[in-house]
Amino acid sequence: MSGTALRLPWWADYFLLPVLNLALALIAAGLVVVATGQSPFEAVTTMASGAFGSGEGIGYTLYYATDMIFTGLAVAVAFHCGLFNIGAEGQAYIAGLGVALVCLYLDFLPFWLVLPLAIGGAALFGAGYAAIPGWLQAKRGSHIVITTIMANFIAYSFMEYLLVNVLIKPGQMSPETRYFTPNAVLPKMDAMFAAVGIEIAQTPLNLAFVIALVCIVLVWLLIWHTRWGYSVRVVGASPRAAVYAGIAPSGRVVQSMLLSGALAGGVALNEVMGAQGKLLINFPAGYGFTGIAVALMGRNHPFGVLIAAILFGALYQGGAELTFDMPAISPYLVVALQGLVILFTGGLATMLRPTLVRALRIGRR
Amino acid sequence: MAVFDQIVPLLAATIRVAVPLVLAGFAGLFSERSGVVDVGLEGKMLAGAFAAAAVASITGSVWLGLLAAMLVAGALGLLHGFVCITQRGDQVVSGVAINILISGLTMTLGLAWFEQGGQTPPLPPSARFSEVVLPLSSLIGQIPGLGPFYTNVLGGQNILVYPTFFLVPLAWWVLGSTRFGLRIRAVGESPAAVDTAGISVVRLRYAAVLIAGALCGIAGAYISTAQGAGFVRDMTGGRGFLALAALVLGKWRPWTTLAGCLLFAALDAVAIRLQGVILPGVGAVPVEFVQALPYIMTIVLLAGFVGRAIPPRASGVPYVKDR
Repeated sequence: MSGTALRLPWWADYFLLPVLNLALALIAAGLVVVATGQSPFEAVTTMASGAFGSGEGIGYTLYYATDMIFTGLAVAVAFHCGLFNIGAEGQAYIAGLGVALVCLYLDFLPFWLVLPLAIGGAALFGAGYAAIPGWLQAKRGSHIVITTIMANFIAYSFMEYLLVNVLIKPGQMSPETRYFTPNAVLPKMDAMFAAVGIEIAQTPLNLAFVIALVCIVLVWLLIWHTRWGYSVRVVGASPRAAVYAGIAPSGRVVQSMLLSGALAGGVALNEVMGAQGKLLINFPAGYGFTGIAVALMGRNHPFGVLIAAILFGALYQGGAELTFDMPAISPYLVVALQGLVILFTGGLATMLRPTLVRALRIGRR
Repeated sequence: MAVFDQIVPLLAATIRVAVPLVLAGFAGLFSERSGVVDVGLEGKMLAGAFAAAAVASITGSVWLGLLAAMLVAGALGLLHGFVCITQRGDQVVSGVAINILISGLTMTLGLAWFEQGGQTPPLPPSARFSEVVLPLSSLIGQIPGLGPFYTNVLGGQNILVYPTFFLVPLAWWVLGSTRFGLRIRAVGESPAAVDTAGISVVRLRYAAVLIAGALCGIAGAYISTAQGAGFVRDMTGGRGFLALAALVLGKWRPWTTLAGCLLFAALDAVAIRLQGVILPGVGAVPVEFVQALPYIMTIVLLAGFVGRAIPPRASGVPYVKDR
């Protein structure tokens, strides 16, 4: 009996099963908390109040979520074409270079010109770096999982070299560029709200969050409501069927990787041009990998990605809060939870299926 | 003899660095030749490193630490097997999940159990694997040229180094000449044929992922209790992926995988010594470039511009009996 042959009603497939898988991941994480000798319920309430209990908490939650929306969309778009892009981390890192070059050397321009140029820089550099594994997959058959892993490490070395030797602000030790001028930095959300007379908490949340929301809608339209998006999904479902339908799979592979890399580049907007206002070492900080968990949990749907990203943003912010209130729990618990979410909603996605089919059949009788 | 003075420490360093790469590379070899893709080498090594350091610091016995590392990493191998073989889940997703899970889990448990910010307490020399001094070292060591080679390259290595290099011909023999090894390879090429012969595909693949886990455990124990003296966050530092690259570069074969591991280890040893050195005709070579070289080489090879790396035919494909 193979699990995929069993039929489930659509609501069970799209909502019940993912929720149950997520619950399993959370239970496993709860067991980890028990192993640390702490109360998992106390941990959950501390994290929830840390993430949503104050204006500041919400601001940080959405700020973290911004990075995860970008990388989640990046992974999801590649998934739709049947590609597993583990390289969002490296693509975001290289995109940081694109943003920094615009913000450092074109900062004599007014903000309304710097902004589109920086967005273009991020998208161009991210897409360009993703195009290499994409092209190698499409034309040379090199497995994209291996090439994107290798590309991540090459990006680390390359950016480290540039930051230590070329882009570093003269006369300082830490490998960072100088601060960008104010007209080359994305406005913070609190400043934007203050301009219209509304006061909100000061957080790193910035204009990139709005750009991320726009990307969600655009990706949704592109994947589900255009001819191109349809052809990408056909290639992802069956490259052979695509060939019969007159779609060239290799072209779609390269194009969807270009889009994937460009989306990953959004992290550079949020971090480099938004929160930090300078380019610094290892700014993607693992968000590329969080994107995998976000995409899997959001079932590769843009709106699913939004919900999953906000949940993970809350976990990051709540996890940071744990450090103050429950110092025996490491903030890295959230990283472990990410792994569990990937395990249960990705690798073991169909584990509960046969049980669920049986349970629902009994229910119907 | 000035050349020897340069080469001997370089060779010694190459061997030291190569050990975890060889162990993890051969772990990947067993797993992937059986048809189970393993990008979780890094996570299993890290789990092994943590288990070894934790148990060694509590019990004071480094051998118990090694055992714990093999058990924990072996259990993770079985988990990977459960996802990939029994549940027929995505093998790459499972590997990625294990890497991320262990990166977070080691820090969480480390902080709770040892209260040192996620690290394990520093190990005393008695709770670490030590170096072997070959017999007559003081005598032979005085011979110019050959002496330092005997004391510092052949001898003077960590006790775990010797079984590691014994593993290479052993794995070559097992995979190439034993019934078990031939079946492992067959199940990675054509599981249906193996199944038709009345041999369990599931059992063979589980055996392979278990071996892979145990080998990763030894690699982790080497990193935390032989090279290092305790567990530090993400201390495997990408070596699992480097081993994966060596496996690809070695085209999934034992001796060439060993060559790949030694090459990467030599690059690492050279990179440290090249820092700030100006080579005639080339200028200063950026250390970062040498560090990135293994990954660049792997991509070039995978692209098929130089030779061709063809993975086992059934790797990454779950076996469905009733198809």
